[in-house]
Amino acid sequence: MKNFFITTFIIFFLASLASETSAQPQRFPMPEFQTEYQKPEASTSEPRAASMEYVDTLVLILVLAFTIWLIFFKRSRRWILWVSVFALLYFGFYRLGCICAVGSVQNITLALFGTGYFIPLTVLAFFAIPLLVALFAGRVFCSTACPLGVIQDLVIFKPTKLAPWVQKALGLFPFIYLGLAVLFAATATDFIICRYDPFVGIFRLGAELHMIVLGIGILLIGMFVARPYCRFICPYGALLRVFSKFSRFHLSITPKDCINCHLCKDSCPFDAIDKPTDEKEIKPDRRNLKKFITYALLIPVFVFVGGWLISGTHKTLAKAHPDVYLANLLVESPELMQDTDNVDIETFMASDRTLEMLIEDAVVIQNKFRYGGWFLGGFIGLVIGITLLGQAVYKKRTIYEANREKCYSCGRCMKYCPVGNEQEKVELLSQEKQITN
Amino acid sequence: MSKLIKRRQFIKGFARYSLGFALAGLLGFSLKKASNKQWVWQIDPFRCTSCGRCATHCVLNPSAVKALHGYDLCGFCDLCGGYYKPGHIARDTAAENLLCPTNALDRKFVEEPYYEYKVNEELCIGCAKCVAGCTAFGNGALHLQIKHDICSNCNECAIARVCPSDAIKRVPANKAYNIKGEFV
Repeated sequence: MKNFFITTFIIFFLASLASETSAQPQRFPMPEFQTEYQKPEASTSEPRAASMEYVDTLVLILVLAFTIWLIFFKRSRRWILWVSVFALLYFGFYRLGCICAVGSVQNITLALFGTGYFIPLTVLAFFAIPLLVALFAGRVFCSTACPLGVIQDLVIFKPTKLAPWVQKALGLFPFIYLGLAVLFAATATDFIICRYDPFVGIFRLGAELHMIVLGIGILLIGMFVARPYCRFICPYGALLRVFSKFSRFHLSITPKDCINCHLCKDSCPFDAIDKPTDEKEIKPDRRNLKKFITYALLIPVFVFVGGWLISGTHKTLAKAHPDVYLANLLVESPELMQDTDNVDIETFMASDRTLEMLIEDAVVIQNKFRYGGWFLGGFIGLVIGITLLGQAVYKKRTIYEANREKCYSCGRCMKYCPVGNEQEKVELLSQEKQITN
Repeated sequence: MSKLIKRRQFIKGFARYSLGFALAGLLGFSLKKASNKQWVWQIDPFRCTSCGRCATHCVLNPSAVKALHGYDLCGFCDLCGGYYKPGHIARDTAAENLLCPTNALDRKFVEEPYYEYKVNEELCIGCAKCVAGCTAFGNGALHLQIKHDICSNCNECAIARVCPSDAIKRVPANKAYNIKGEFV
């Protein structure tokens, strides 16, 4: 009898143990309420409807199409200004700077190189449409559709001209930035374009202090050096620049034939108007050809040296990745493993990952940076080489023309061109006559 | 001269088509990894270590991360580990006894001895102090979630970048919440 009691007790004990391990361990079971009390639902709120993303794409297409019409047919700076203000309000202040074509470069890269990331079709559209438009009509996106560009365009106060060599040198930076952004996105390290977006804090009316300072600083500089972010920083602008260089059509300053009146000469705040070339300057002699060949032969050297230099810094670059950073920290100073003030170290020590696993991951990422560094450095070398090669090419120009690489199609110059405005001028004159009479 | 212009035009046209094809190729490759779903950021409550960075690293102020109460798991305790500080002096609503720095957790009597706890999202800053308390001493019903009516859905979530346990991931927008109790 006693044995029976003991065995049943043991069976019950074991059964209760088993049930405890199989069910979710809940220290305090849900009470059975005596009153009519109904427990509330967890409070959730739905994200923005998915269909709204298609609206964003549609707005982008409409803004671009309307701007193209304004640039080529209506030829009105005032209309372009209003369309750009609308886009600033919509993409900037309403959509809070995200979704944006400038950052989409990173999404494409992460989708191509990373694992487990799927790119939404709208982001793909935001990347491709402005480039496609640039291939046909120039940098129309910059003039009206880009909130980052428009906000700078609105603060232009007294633009100064920069020396050509300063422009050339600073103009290399967007390509370096683009290359870095692609490398960081491909290694799933960081989205640096989004992180250092100077104006997103202004759109959201709040950001970290240094980003607000940077944003306002760029706007202040932008009062005197027009659109500094677009010209000397914007990585997407670097892509648009290349696409626009070979565009099928482009904004023309004059609606008909240029009469070389120079009225538009100083109208461009971005130094994007090319003057007619001096006849004496161009002598396509042998010396020029020699220069061209030398620069062309130098390109592979630049590519190799660039790749070698950047790849050599892969250990430093890779530290931007949190895993590599943590691994470095723990290898260099193992006493930090007991540090309870450092949240990263504390969390890592509490996780299932061992230091060996962390180091293994870090080495994989470092190797990615080593190979990626060759591509990044090679790319930078190539850009420098091609920029130099451009110095050896002379183009004959007989009229004032918009520079397809630099022109944002803002339409300021069109206002200054007297050609084709005869009708308006006659009207103005007759009005003046009436007043004097 | 016309020969030169023709050559220039040919080179330009060639470059234009090459760029066009390059863009098309890039799009073709990325289409393989494209989805027509919308993605949003969300916290995996089982990976979250309640480190407190959600309150400080969101681009919005106050953060889009709020404490969410999974009532299916709640024990409706009188002595709530998410509500009271460990070693509190009295079981009342005096600030020195409460964990929440902004008084965002409302306590309401239901019936003896049960109390209902409700997060006031206007006040919650997502600091996870209540989450840590509830997980350590209670059922872990309180957990952090990103509220999608507040979140601006940045291209790269600023909190995800600094999250020490990689708990913030993109999830499809039709399953935008990982609520403890339903989500395992």
